Amino acid sequence: MIIATGNHAVSYGVRAARAEVIAAYPITPQTQIIEKLAELIQSGEMRAKYIRVESEHSAMSACIGAEACGARTFTATSSHGLAYMSEMVFWAGMGRFPIVMAVVNRTLAPPWSIWNEHTDMLAQRDSGWIMMMCGSAQEAHDTTVMAYRIAEDERVLQPVMFGLDAFSLSHTAENLELIDQEVADGFLPPLNPESLPVYMDPDNPVTFGNLLGPDKMMEFRHLIKEAFGRAKGVIEEAAKDLSNATGRKQHGLIEDYRSSDAEVVILAMGASSGDCKDAVDILRDEGIKAGMVRVKTIRPFPGEEIASSVRGAKAVAIVDRDYSYGFGGIIGREAASYLSKKPLNYIAGIGGRDITVEDFRKIAEDALASAERGELGIEKWWGMRGFEG
Amino acid sequence: MITLKDLPVEEYYLPGNAACSGCASALSTRIALKILGPKTIVVIPACCASVIQGYYPKSPSKVPIMNTAFAATAATASGIVAGLEVKGRKGITVMGWAGDGGTADIGIQALSGAAERNEDFIYICYDNEAYMNTGTQSSSATPRGAKTTTAVMGKGERKKDVPEIMIAHDLPYVATACAAYPLDFAEKVSKAMKLKGLKYIHLLSPCPPGWRFPTEKMVEVGKAAVMTGAWILYEWEGGKYTLTGPSKGLIDKAKRRPLKEYLAMQGRFSKIPEAEVEALQRDVDSKWEAMKKKLGA
Repeated sequence: MIIATGNHAVSYGVRAARAEVIAAYPITPQTQIIEKLAELIQSGEMRAKYIRVESEHSAMSACIGAEACGARTFTATSSHGLAYMSEMVFWAGMGRFPIVMAVVNRTLAPPWSIWNEHTDMLAQRDSGWIMMMCGSAQEAHDTTVMAYRIAEDERVLQPVMFGLDAFSLSHTAENLELIDQEVADGFLPPLNPESLPVYMDPDNPVTFGNLLGPDKMMEFRHLIKEAFGRAKGVIEEAAKDLSNATGRKQHGLIEDYRSSDAEVVILAMGASSGDCKDAVDILRDEGIKAGMVRVKTIRPFPGEEIASSVRGAKAVAIVDRDYSYGFGGIIGREAASYLSKKPLNYIAGIGGRDITVEDFRKIAEDALASAERGELGIEKWWGMRGFEG
Repeated sequence: MITLKDLPVEEYYLPGNAACSGCASALSTRIALKILGPKTIVVIPACCASVIQGYYPKSPSKVPIMNTAFAATAATASGIVAGLEVKGRKGITVMGWAGDGGTADIGIQALSGAAERNEDFIYICYDNEAYMNTGTQSSSATPRGAKTTTAVMGKGERKKDVPEIMIAHDLPYVATACAAYPLDFAEKVSKAMKLKGLKYIHLLSPCPPGWRFPTEKMVEVGKAAVMTGAWILYEWEGGKYTLTGPSKGLIDKAKRRPLKEYLAMQGRFSKIPEAEVEALQRDVDSKWEAMKKKLGA
């Protein structure tokens, strides 16, 4: 057991996964991840090549190039870095390069903000990446290793990005159990270049990515759709195997907390889910049957799993730390399309504002009261203060 | 010195591709790959060369090609070099093949980054002096006076000097070349192949549809670019400039043909005012004066 920040937990996960090429560009609050990796490589504790690129766009481009030569790759970014990288994020997804990336979720400016929000990652949701969100430093560490297993599984072969909330997770030091190297090696076999959809080999030359007419593009894209269909099973399988290997409960698609008999269920995501669980416990002590479902995987979206977990509830409160202007909370809207009863959508924690235990408790009570009044399907911006106060 | 007889008979970039007639890029890719041979990986961003490959599942290339996004040639090549290194895959040459837009404009940041890190690959900019793939819009490599679809009266600014920018990065090797002199180009590719680090070759690629001259005149136009001194063939290695090919004999202004002969061959300079021709001639002359100083001549 060590004490480590969420960021360092990711770095140690990358080491355990034996990533071979790391290309990265610094951005607050991701910097600790790449600083630690650079240190591990330079001190000889980790055998990998670090490419000190001049931008996030180049970071992803370099990962794509290295992955195409059979190397296991990693990068990490955040917010503006991810937005700047976006063209190559799609290139990696559509090109089926099983790269792994950590995204420290941060608000996009203007005005400048370094604090947490999930919109940065969610804006990349149609890029062909498997997307996960971590709830703790331990989960960030474990998910790093799990991400490679999922990405490189021959039934999937798509890149994986996973998020960790700026500061509340990235910079908060927690107890951390490192995955033993033998355990990691047993769980994650070496990358098999023969399995890669794109492999640059002069002895077996292929042209990757030249022009494709409308006569075949749909079929190419359908291959990705099918990979995402299989990914759900692969994710659950990886979570189960890593649970067995580490002795720690790993979550694949969702985490279900006391929701089976709940009358009000909060659907949460990211680091604040820990506070949400505390709120659930308090409400239970007060006699209110509350529960939580946490979205661990965003793509493929666990709509059926969420629907199944909240089936008996009178009220479902979906808390979004993100927003799609002119549409609504992104998770709220997506989850709603799977639910038979309209949920309530709470927009909270935008720009890094705290969502406290008390907030979650009040959100649950508000949702329950609204449901009793028959007011469902409403969006509420939680805790608005006005500009004067 | 490479002669025609030294060029391998083996073809790695095949005919029947989707290049325009008289395309300097397709011809020069063929020459470069003859020198580099089968153990080569080519990186191509969005440009004419991405279209020249034609439609999937066909490809004119007998070596692997990694297509990448417009700005990403040098970064993708950096990743390939790193991937080969960590996997212990030795003896493979990596070549970036990008247009002037992908080099002088949108790709210069990644190129500068890779140059500063001195990544081990060859970067060749085939410079057709505008965004030809999208229909002849001006780039920063378009010369002054040339008409493009975004400069219908002719571009007002001078051409960005990318080879000089690359020299400022203190690379192992920088050279200019012209598609009309394939053996001079082959010699430079051959030299670059033997060196470690980032080697940069800037290849002037006369473009029949974009420069508006008949397809069979590509070599003539390219030769005129060199013989008028508008394009100087040189190498830079270890801090030292060396003129190559016909440019060796053109230090004396009297040996250079008047620039207007080169301009008159191309529709993009049609109806250019006489005063503008004189200004362009002065640009050429001052470029040679600067070159003389660099040569210590």
